Amino acid sequence: MKPFTYERAKSATDAAAAVARTPGARFIAGGTNLLDLMKLQIETPTHLVDVQDLGLDRIEPIDGGSGGLRIGAFVSNTTLAADERIRRDYGVLARALLAGASGQLRNKATTAGNLLQRTRCPYFYDTNQPCNKRAPGTGCSALTGYSRQLAVIGSSAACIATHPGDMAVAMRVLDATVETVKADGATRAVPIADFHRLPGTTPHVDTTLQAGELITAVTLPKPLGGTHIYHKVRDRASYAFALVSVAAVVQRDGSGRVAIGGIAHKPWRVEAAEQLLPRGAKAVARRLLAGAKPTRDNAFKVPLVERTLASVMADARGDA
Amino acid sequence: MKFDTPAGQNPIDQLKVVGKPTARVDGKLKTSGTAPYAYERHDVVANQAYGHMLGSAIAKGRITRMDTSAAKAAPGVLAIVTALDTPKVAKGRFNTASLFGGPKVEHYHQAIAVVVAESFEQARAAAAMIRVTYVKQPGRYDLAALAKSAKLVSASSDEGTAPPEVLRVGKFESAFAAAPVTVDATYTTPDESHAMMEPHATIAAWNGDKLTVWTSAQMVAWARSDLARTLRIKPENVRIDSPFIGGGFGAKLFVRADAVLAALGAKAAGRPVKLALSRPQIANNTVHRPATIQRIRLGATRDGTLTAIAHESTSGNLPGGSPETAQSQTRLLYAGANRLFALRLAELDLPEGNAMRAPGEAPGLMALEIAMDELAEKLGMDPVQLRIVNDTQVDPEKPDRPFSSRQLVECLRTGADKFGWSKRNARPASVRDGRFLVGMGMAAGFRNNLVVRSAARVRLDKDGVVTVETDMTDIGTGSYTVIAQTAAETMGVGLDRVKVMLGDSDFPASSGSGGQWGGNNSTAGVYAACMKLREAVATQLGFDASRAVFADGRVIAGDRSAALADAARDVALIAEDHIEYGDLDKQYQQSTFAGHFVEVGVDRFTGVTRVRRMLAVCAAGRILNPTTARSQVIGAMSMGVGAALMEELAVDTKRGFFVNHDLAGYEVPVHADIPHQDVIFLDETDNKSSPMKAKGVGELGLCGVAAAVANAIYNATGVRVREYPITLEKHLEKLPAVT
Ligand SMILES: Cc1cc2nc3c(=O)[nH]c(=O)nc-3n(C[C@H](O)[C@H](O)[C@H](O)COP(=O)(O)OP(=O)(O)OC[C@H]3O[C@@H](n4cnc5c(N)ncnc54)[C@H](O)[C@@H]3O)c2cc1C
Ligand code: SF4
Repeated sequence: MKPFTYERAKSATDAAAAVARTPGARFIAGGTNLLDLMKLQIETPTHLVDVQDLGLDRIEPIDGGSGGLRIGAFVSNTTLAADERIRRDYGVLARALLAGASGQLRNKATTAGNLLQRTRCPYFYDTNQPCNKRAPGTGCSALTGYSRQLAVIGSSAACIATHPGDMAVAMRVLDATVETVKADGATRAVPIADFHRLPGTTPHVDTTLQAGELITAVTLPKPLGGTHIYHKVRDRASYAFALVSVAAVVQRDGSGRVAIGGIAHKPWRVEAAEQLLPRGAKAVARRLLAGAKPTRDNAFKVPLVERTLASVMADARGDA
Repeated sequence: MKFDTPAGQNPIDQLKVVGKPTARVDGKLKTSGTAPYAYERHDVVANQAYGHMLGSAIAKGRITRMDTSAAKAAPGVLAIVTALDTPKVAKGRFNTASLFGGPKVEHYHQAIAVVVAESFEQARAAAAMIRVTYVKQPGRYDLAALAKSAKLVSASSDEGTAPPEVLRVGKFESAFAAAPVTVDATYTTPDESHAMMEPHATIAAWNGDKLTVWTSAQMVAWARSDLARTLRIKPENVRIDSPFIGGGFGAKLFVRADAVLAALGAKAAGRPVKLALSRPQIANNTVHRPATIQRIRLGATRDGTLTAIAHESTSGNLPGGSPETAQSQTRLLYAGANRLFALRLAELDLPEGNAMRAPGEAPGLMALEIAMDELAEKLGMDPVQLRIVNDTQVDPEKPDRPFSSRQLVECLRTGADKFGWSKRNARPASVRDGRFLVGMGMAAGFRNNLVVRSAARVRLDKDGVVTVETDMTDIGTGSYTVIAQTAAETMGVGLDRVKVMLGDSDFPASSGSGGQWGGNNSTAGVYAACMKLREAVATQLGFDASRAVFADGRVIAGDRSAALADAARDVALIAEDHIEYGDLDKQYQQSTFAGHFVEVGVDRFTGVTRVRRMLAVCAAGRILNPTTARSQVIGAMSMGVGAALMEELAVDTKRGFFVNHDLAGYEVPVHADIPHQDVIFLDETDNKSSPMKAKGVGELGLCGVAAAVANAIYNATGVRVREYPITLEKHLEKLPAVT
């Protein structure tokens, strides 16, 4: 860990301004991802701006009674998963959260921090190894190395990492929106679909957030109804990242939405594929994964997506 | 005490304390966080500074330059020792790679520098500032690709100077060719990491020429001699203290870089230094269980009698390293007239392979016991029955050499009965429970019992307290407790009157902990010392030692009786002795046996396997403490689930290292993976193993488990997987279609 300075901001715009003003500055929320990366010198911020005092810790109905919810950026994963409204109306989100990390980590992990967690590519974690995401221009070790966990679609010749999280996959299926504020007080609302990016030639940039831009909240549109399922496939029963996960909201008539985790640099959702839900998992998977470029190590994720989709659809029908 | 004839009746047979389920005597310290583990011994020496290891960034090559200028100038830095500016350390007797490398680099993360600073964070940050220039050399990292060129090594444990050859009994090839039913299959097991909870950690302090290390070592005497050798100092100038160990599984059998670097750092800084290997350094800096490729051929008559058995195993290691002896148990487990065994070793430039819990047997049984399942299916025979008909009560290579005790058949019968094996549907893929394909599997478990010299000192004080001192270690196994039970039984006192001191090299040298030999041998050594103390007590009291009975804190001989404490009224009585063994282990094959039974559910959609039930039935001599023995077995069963389903060090065959080198990447089972576990110990005493009549049990619990899981998966799915771990992709596309 490199020495750094630390401050606790008092307002959202102050926090954004502090980060914008100081080169090498970063926000810190729960610290469960950032501090680990700092210890390994994968991240080397010079200044940390703590966001715990910004009052971003509430879950509230959206003004105007649209039926949606606004989740403060600092709301913990535990609080969010336990919220009665989330459990009732957005079950897929509660289930995704509870499938992630461990109880202790979820107590600290926040909504914004979770969206911004970095990849779990093992080469990203080993500073001796080339990695375009960690050290732009050094190359991608995973492409010619061990890639069982990594992406099968949307990847590039520069990076095949995945977004490893669960929460964002559920948010993608719910069409959440990320609200932000910048140092000058300007606010933005970024659809979750546009929040995470594909690696392309700049894999060191995970999201479309700009420097110093602070996440203030994530909003959920009004409830979708239907059956909410989050199915996370992993080698061990708990405390492991997904090989593949499926977030789904399925209606009685068999229509619905699905987003897939563990296979791309962002939660993977293809609206055109969802139209095929009534035709079964194979049709959906084929469309979802059109153009997939798996490696030898992770080729299994292609059939696994289809079979997990089949599982989710059977669960939705009540006949797994 | 020399143990060279089978034990007769002795004070242990009273079983007033020994053999009773007994909670750990050190349990309170552990659960209250006050057991002093190496890194936390802040009180043993003042002014401790922090060391941090720098590991090589390449797998093979040479270091040409190390620029420490920035690191030296970093805040808090007290000293830096690099591979280039310090005399080369010697290689320990038990190490294959040097514990302090350079300029030659033998493997990834080999230690090449240590930084000492005022704080842990400063040491770690400064270590990252050392600029190292390497010249890389091509290395050999792919066992599968190199297997063909692997060299034959001796498959027999009988040491000799004869050139290595294939070990043969009878005529394997012709018997195999003539056998009406055969199996010929190849199985692979991956590199595995010990993944013990406590990392390697040491505090080192010099006082002139004398070095004290507070460390985490399974074998104190080996640590002392090898650390001395490595640092080129006299063993008598080294003191090791290792009273509590947070797991080892073989990773801490031999001195590792933490002790060497802490000592070098302390010398350079002129201050005591504490150093722990960080979790991401452990997989590549230290040792692991080597991967194997095993070919097994079995030939049987139609009634299931084995007529031909061949087990050939290939593994890799650094030049000078040893093979994984995966054929070892097959030499002894089943009868069969015609036998062939071969071990091959490929040179690799991956980190050093070495012993991990049940070395040889654990991966060997992972293969053999699937092969037996395959044979049973071909024969149309129950797999339990197949093992029963091939039982042997003698060493198949030396039929005049019987087993000291062998209840494999009883283990299998009891297990089948208690597990409800008769309900198993032998036709694979025929049982479903909701989304799960359900199957049952079993395997035999086998692990040798090893006898090793072990010494102890016991002291009787005037308050009647018996203090035991031995350099034996407790690696979480319960040594403190069984030793206390042994002393209490022999001296006729309650557990509350016994104090046990372990892990200090100033104490008499014990068997140490490894190879499941610790429990039987260390207690036998304590028994020997206690018997000597009884003589001293009798003499002091003027009693006839051979007739004296020690019970309830008193000594009784005929109509005379005295309090035990009276013998030490004026001066404490001290006795020291050791157990040493004759050739009973040559006359008799000494082994332990188990039947493992497992039920799994395989998700018919995703192919994920979850274990539903497990049972182990063990026959392992006298069970000194059923509570701690059970803990050993259920822990081992959990490790077996890991081996079956998830544990694998992923090799980057291009760059030459284990990629998933932390506990997020190297997955071991969590609570949610482990279902209800049952353990049954058969009533057994083995009078040829030691005066304790006990044998090892800590590794037996692992041996065979993974194969039982694999066989259960096959029974569930009908898809045979021969490559561990059985992660979902190994059978996913062969599972029945889903819609
Ligand atoms: C052992 C382990 C297992 C895990 N398993 C899982 C899992 O199975 N599934 C899963 O989904 N996750 C898992 N995680 C990841 C975990 O969910 C994240 O670490 C956590 O959500 C991060 O939240 P945080 O508040 O601690 O973020 P921090 O570590 O504080 O910050 C993370 C990033 O977000 C930035 N940031 C924080 N708040 C803001 C803000 N308001 N605006 C802009 N930027 C901000 C920080 O600058 C930093 O870059 C695991 C983590 C660990 C350590
Ligand atoms: S996949 Fe991406 S994160 Fe992994 S090594 Fe390649 S560039 Fe780095």
